Parts: sequence; structure tokens; C-alpha cells
Amino acid sequence: MQVNAKTLNDTLYISLVGELDENSAGFVRENLDRDFSNTFCKQVILDLSNLSFMDSTGIGVLIGRYKKLKEKNIPIFLSNPSNHIDKILKMTAIYEIMPKLN
Amino acid sequence: MKYLNHLHLKFDALSINEGFARSAVAAFCVGLSPTLDDITDIKTAVSEAVTNCVVHAYPNGFGKIEIFVGLGKDFVDIEIKDNGVGIEDLEQARQPFFTTKPTEERAGMGFTVMESFMNDLKLSHNQSGGLKVFMTKKLQPKNLMASKTQNG
Repeated sequence: MQVNAKTLNDTLYISLVGELDENSAGFVRENLDRDFSNTFCKQVILDLSNLSFMDSTGIGVLIGRYKKLKEKNIPIFLSNPSNHIDKILKMTAIYEIMPKLN
Repeated sequence: MKYLNHLHLKFDALSINEGFARSAVAAFCVGLSPTLDDITDIKTAVSEAVTNCVVHAYPNGFGKIEIFVGLGKDFVDIEIKDNGVGIEDLEQARQPFFTTKPTEERAGMGFTVMESFMNDLKLSHNQSGGLKVFMTKKLQPKNLMASKTQNG
């Protein structure tokens, strides 16, 4: 599992690479929280194009990160989920709090 | 015989085994030439059930998970069981967003995902009191190899 972050203008881009499940959740959570605490960005875009697998443990991780960013009034967006991850995200209504970018 | 082929796995209830479990079950099902969508649905449902065992079944941290897979002509039966503490109210556990660990950032969507990705989901307790999850996936008639060839 990899969490790759870069800042461009006022946006923090984070790419998740690999499989997000119970085994990698702690690593992803820690890395995202560190990136969030070090940032002065105005928005976060989470790129899921290289996330090859995610189950509902990932939903818990995403909701947790949304709450942390909300405290700082920073919106977060999701981009490029695979069909199967898109299905899980829709099922759990995540896009209502983290809209999907087209 | 109900099944054409069987698989039986037994392994430690550790999160590091989740990737192995879902990949092993998926690889075993490839013999039926499922679509990639069906394989991903199966992988996700297995991952949810195994995660439940890892997170909830053994509060002391030690225990085993057993997986049985039976392949029929056009369906897959998967049973995932543990010898852990079980679930007091199975109906409540199946409700979307229900979790017994709200402080741990858990979505409470495991059984909902299993139910949506598979065609049938039954929960029961085995003799030891642990949880038994029984799921069936009816496979789409499309051939995996054919779709690969079409894509070049």
C-alpha cells in the first residue's frame, strides 16, 4: 500500500495505490492524517485510480478522514474509482459528503 | 453431488491473511470462467466476512478462520466460519451502518456489502457459538476468457 501526496496551487492531491482493507487501514489512516496536518491547502483530492481493491473498512477510513478535514473546513473530493469501488461508495452514500469529480 | 469441486482453507484470524483469503477464493473460482465483475464481487464479499472474523470474533486476538468453497455448474457457495464469540442479535448486525465499535471508524456496512454483492446471504451460529456466514453467487453466463480475447 502506498499513499502519495503532492500539493499543487491550493490543492493537496493524494493518490492511494494498492489494496485498502483492514490490514492496510492503519497505515493509510496515519499517512493521510499526517499529510492533512502538514497542509495549508484549501481542498483535498483523493485519487483512487490506482486503488485496486477496497472493502467497507475503507469506507470507515474515508468517513474518519472527512470528519478531520471538516474541523478545518477543508472539502475533500474523490476521483477515478474503479467500478467495484464506485459501487461500494454509492451504496454507502459517501459521495454526499465527498463528491466525485468527473 | 451438489458441487463439482471443493476448497477448504483454515488459517489464523489475522488481518494480514485477508488478501490471501480473498485472492485464494477468487483464484479457485476461475475454473468456472466467471466474469471479472463476478470475481470482484466474490473477492469483496470474502474480504468483508474475513474482516468480521478478524475484528470481532476473537477479542483475545487468537483464533482460526475456516473457509469452504463449493463450485457448482453456474454458482459458487462460500461458507466462512469462526469459533469466536458470535453475534448476539444477527438481524440487528445485518442492518446498514450498525456497528458495535463506533469509536473505531467502522462503517458497519460489512453484511450490507456481502448481501448486495452476492445473491444470497445466511448468518447462523455453529456449535461452538462462533459465526457462520453462508453466501451464494450465481455466475453470469459470460466467459472470462472470451471477454479477454475481445479486448485484445
